[in-house]
Amino acid sequence: MSANKESWGSRVGLILAMAGNAVGLGNFLRFPVQAVQNGGGAFIIPYLVCFLVMGIPLLWIEWSMGRFGGKHGHHSTPFIVDTMGKNRLWKYIGVFGIWTNIAVASYYCYLESWTMSYVFHSVIGTFRDLDQEGVSNFFNEYVSLGISTLGVPYEPIVFFLLCLLLNTWILSKGLAGGVERVAKIGMPLLILFGVFLAYKGFTITAGEDGAINDSSVGLNFLWTPNFDELWSPSVWLAAAGQIFFTLSVGMGTVQCYASYVRSKDDIALNAMSAGWMNEFVEVVLGAAILIPISIGYLGIDRVTEMVQHGGLGLAFRTMPYLFYQWGDVLGAIAGVMWFGLLFFAGITSSLAMGTPWIGFLQDEFNWKRKPAAWSFGIFVLVLGMPTVLFFEYGVFDEYDYWAGTVSLVVFALFESILFAWIFGMNKGWREIISGADIKVPNIYRFIIKYITPMLLLWVFLGSLFTPKGGDWTVAFSGNWQLDDSSIIKKIMNSGLKQQLAAATDPAQIEHLQDTLFFVNASRILLLLVWLGLALLVYIAYRKRVREGRI
Amino acid sequence: MLSTIFLVTGMMVFFFVKILTTPPKPEPDSYLDNDDEPSREPVPPKR
Repeated sequence: MSANKESWGSRVGLILAMAGNAVGLGNFLRFPVQAVQNGGGAFIIPYLVCFLVMGIPLLWIEWSMGRFGGKHGHHSTPFIVDTMGKNRLWKYIGVFGIWTNIAVASYYCYLESWTMSYVFHSVIGTFRDLDQEGVSNFFNEYVSLGISTLGVPYEPIVFFLLCLLLNTWILSKGLAGGVERVAKIGMPLLILFGVFLAYKGFTITAGEDGAINDSSVGLNFLWTPNFDELWSPSVWLAAAGQIFFTLSVGMGTVQCYASYVRSKDDIALNAMSAGWMNEFVEVVLGAAILIPISIGYLGIDRVTEMVQHGGLGLAFRTMPYLFYQWGDVLGAIAGVMWFGLLFFAGITSSLAMGTPWIGFLQDEFNWKRKPAAWSFGIFVLVLGMPTVLFFEYGVFDEYDYWAGTVSLVVFALFESILFAWIFGMNKGWREIISGADIKVPNIYRFIIKYITPMLLLWVFLGSLFTPKGGDWTVAFSGNWQLDDSSIIKKIMNSGLKQQLAAATDPAQIEHLQDTLFFVNASRILLLLVWLGLALLVYIAYRKRVREGRI
Repeated sequence: MLSTIFLVTGMMVFFFVKILTTPPKPEPDSYLDNDDEPSREPVPPKR
């Protein structure tokens, strides 16, 4: 028998935990940048369409897969998918649902530890007397483990360890006593902090506190639709990609949380409630903070240039400086709120990443909750240390690309095919509507069977063969050259090799050569972890056969 | 911009209110906190 006797405390707690799983740093840092880069207000049209035809179907698929697996005593994807498909290989596809979480948690917890550290530095006023360059240099020094502003050796490592310890301790308290309790505190605080900062983002006035633009300039920049972009496949690909990251689908966490819901209880309304809560945080709060405040103080040109490198730089290198334009006290409070909301967004997601591994050990090897939680902490520590120590050599980005990007699409594609075509749409539909507290529109039967898998296949192929510069018109006219961002070119390290060929400075050449080494080493490490997990699944399978459970 | 903000906020509020106002299923259900409520005893099987 499995040692897994977990339960959720309340329905609201489950919704908040599931919404917390979905709400992550990407809601505040990735979404606004994607919108700016892909047609501003026009981006929201493909984004919402993808939410309706890919996001909601995937949520229903994953919730019902989880509840179905839970009925058979499974709380992680390898054996959840094994009960749905007759082919024995399905359980190895399910390995992605554990591997992705451990690999993503390894770098995500490091990112989370930055937010924890920045909350602390906002409280003690580290950024108060720094100019913009000073704040930016603080970040550079921090990630290169260069200096310790607190006199603590290797400060980022200390915060990383603290963050991991906190995650592990909460996970060891169980679902209702740990994860749910944090979600019940973290989500309301996150929304409260977000509403305050969004209010500030909406009320910036040119000439006040050093602002050079009204907030309307930033909001117009973000929201003015560029309808020319609407028909670009790249924009649709970006919108579909954003839906993945924001809903945390294709990871195995939704299935794990839902596996603790009894078969007669609702999942259809739960999925909609958690999904729309995530959309509120992303579209309403996420769009009202980073870009409007940055443009208010720095202007459109500088922000356009800065977002080319993503939202992370703006969040950590620029925002602490901008907050102090509102005065010392409000600057410190805004800093605590900004990094506090990012911390809550992060921890509610990283806790979700721990649960599939814990559920797997409890179900298959009869581990108790506490040792299973601590094993997760140790696993993440070992796998995460390279991202801390070799951050400058692209290890962090490599983990993010393979585990946090490609793997999600691959697993979601497989699970949508499994659900609609192998498990069967009739059984699948019965699972979705069983115990439902809302009427699920019948059109979704068609969407889940045809549209969602096709869209996922297109996203996967579009990422595998991305044409140069994202120019699909040229590609379809016969000149299909692959972009360096395509999966194939990434495997070949094309971009890095081009940089190496063009470099003349010996120091830069050495750095690029080291980067190439660490990038390849990261991939080998991640592959070994995947193989190790697959071996564990095989051992668990043999154990089940011996015990007559299969 | 405003129509998107109102649409997303409205949907979020609508579904969350529906969660709060929908009566729970009879015991045993998935949630621990309501296990001791006397009004939520398991429904006896029909004869």
